[in-house]
Amino acid sequence: MDVALSVENLRAYYLMDYFGIKREVRAVDDISLVVNRNEVYGLAGESSCGKTTFLKAIAAATRPPLEVVGGSTRYSFLDRDIYALSPEELSEIRWKHLSYVTQGSMNILNPVRRVRHSFVDFAFRHLGLPRSEFFGAVEQHLRRLNLVPTVLNAYPHELSGGMRQRVTIALATICRPEFIIADEPTTALDVVVQKDVLAMIREAQQQIGSSMLFVTHDMAVHANITDRLGIMYAGHVVEEAPTAQIFHEPRHPYTEHLVASLPRIGDRTQRTALPGAPPSLADPPSGCRFHPRCPLAMDICREANPSLTVLSANHRVACYAVSPHVKPATVIPVTSDSTTESAGLVE
Amino acid sequence: MTDLLAVEHVTRIFALGGLFARGHFAAVDDVSLSLSKDRPEIFAIIGESGSGKTTLARMILNILAPSSGTINFRGVPLSRIHGRRRQLEFMKEVQPIFQNPYEAFNPLKRVDRYLFSSAAQLAGARSSEAREAATDTALRKVGLSLDEVKGRFPHELSGGQLQRAAIARALIPSPSLLVADEPVSMVDASLRMSIVNLFKTLRDDLKVCIIYITHDLATAYYISDRVMIMQKGRVVETGPAQQILANPQHPYTILLRESVLSPEDVDGDGLRPHAEAKEASIA
Repeated sequence: MDVALSVENLRAYYLMDYFGIKREVRAVDDISLVVNRNEVYGLAGESSCGKTTFLKAIAAATRPPLEVVGGSTRYSFLDRDIYALSPEELSEIRWKHLSYVTQGSMNILNPVRRVRHSFVDFAFRHLGLPRSEFFGAVEQHLRRLNLVPTVLNAYPHELSGGMRQRVTIALATICRPEFIIADEPTTALDVVVQKDVLAMIREAQQQIGSSMLFVTHDMAVHANITDRLGIMYAGHVVEEAPTAQIFHEPRHPYTEHLVASLPRIGDRTQRTALPGAPPSLADPPSGCRFHPRCPLAMDICREANPSLTVLSANHRVACYAVSPHVKPATVIPVTSDSTTESAGLVE
Repeated sequence: MTDLLAVEHVTRIFALGGLFARGHFAAVDDVSLSLSKDRPEIFAIIGESGSGKTTLARMILNILAPSSGTINFRGVPLSRIHGRRRQLEFMKEVQPIFQNPYEAFNPLKRVDRYLFSSAAQLAGARSSEAREAATDTALRKVGLSLDEVKGRFPHELSGGQLQRAAIARALIPSPSLLVADEPVSMVDASLRMSIVNLFKTLRDDLKVCIIYITHDLATAYYISDRVMIMQKGRVVETGPAQQILANPQHPYTILLRESVLSPEDVDGDGLRPHAEAKEASIA
């Protein structure tokens, strides 16, 4: 099977240095995953578990204090690691090969210019068409996505949130990129609009045949749009399987809880809540980061972090209680010399 | 009058545009509802963004006056509440819970400061011991304690803890009505059910009426006794939660119900038209 993106042992830390005190927040800690061609890969997890940091790291959109300290990120359309590119080469592939729909992206349109202008800004130099043909191509693309071309003449404030999000998706797909990264694209929309926008994302992805990494905390959205699903907890991927398998046979206790606690219409049985709170990434618990809240915690969980182990084809889990094959992950030495301090410094 | 809260034909109109192109826009249009004094319940108001849910909540909290219609609390119209003393008396009975706990608390001030000032203002706690006692009692009702919160800044607490602290603050004066505006939409998935279950406990054990404003039909179905569906300021359907959400009648409610993405859809539905092809490509 064709691989579109292969991430190996990626580590992205927020490295801070205040008055000589070094702190390190390990928001993405040793993540390896593969996204296949023409696949929608979902990442789920609660806020501050490192989802967005992971996206920034694989899109090479990191800014200090966020730094990628290890690992590799390889796309099928590049012959080398994305971090080996020069800034000019990077801006050349962005939008053309790799689109990144950021969180709150419906607000990226220039508020004082017509939507038409945003299309020129983003896509003109990548499409390489003369100005006379450019808008013809844009209108054709909008029609394919069932948008009326007259939105080009509107100002962003004249459009509803759902419409702006649709325009943003049209922008992200106009150059027919091989890879699309979408960070919570439907979170700010209400249920009726959300369903339409998701259907449109799916439609666009299938039309241009690109691969997609889709991040949201909403498990119901994942159930509807993604093919495979990775569950993140405190900077680690703790389980990964085809989406249907995650919902039908979750193996990791955190995934089990996430799936079981979803309220469903037609079911009023009591839902339980997990005790405790998500850990601070500046001072994560030793061993498995989930052990303070885990109902199955054993002695080994407190000591060593489990590695993400292949259980069966397509199913990977990082939990000692699930299978005796799960072994501790190799320990990564701390990069900064001083100790980390606990603080709520995570985004 | 045995109603705790009676909202009668309330309309709120906002003016749009400038001097010449003046337009009017009814954010809430002829809405009526009533909550009984004797039977505490969770009353859910459901609607999409722009449907007037929050405007209605602000009118019930007496932050905003209705353009027409009356709101009675324990038989007294809110428009007759004048002066600081009577306003405080009203605030002791009706308390808000906001959507984002990080915005509800000033990030530069300690969380307990708000709790203590609520205790002093609304619960009449004069000494610092009385304030601490009132605060601790309220925090214990939500599963926290003063020791966990004292001296902490908002960023030092998790979203779920902070939202529970916000609920505890609202509980300090022992109110009979809580108005919760999207209280769980900013809270993490693993903590969301703890807040939702807390509302159930408040209703059952403390006999507090809760107006639960949300756009999430699934949690509304899970906790509420009655629901009211709003669209563009109007009420389109109201009644017992299980009946309305399981068997909606109004076209808008049916649309809402059908738009809710369910985890059961994981085995394929309208959103994924090429489900078989996808399954094949995974295998």
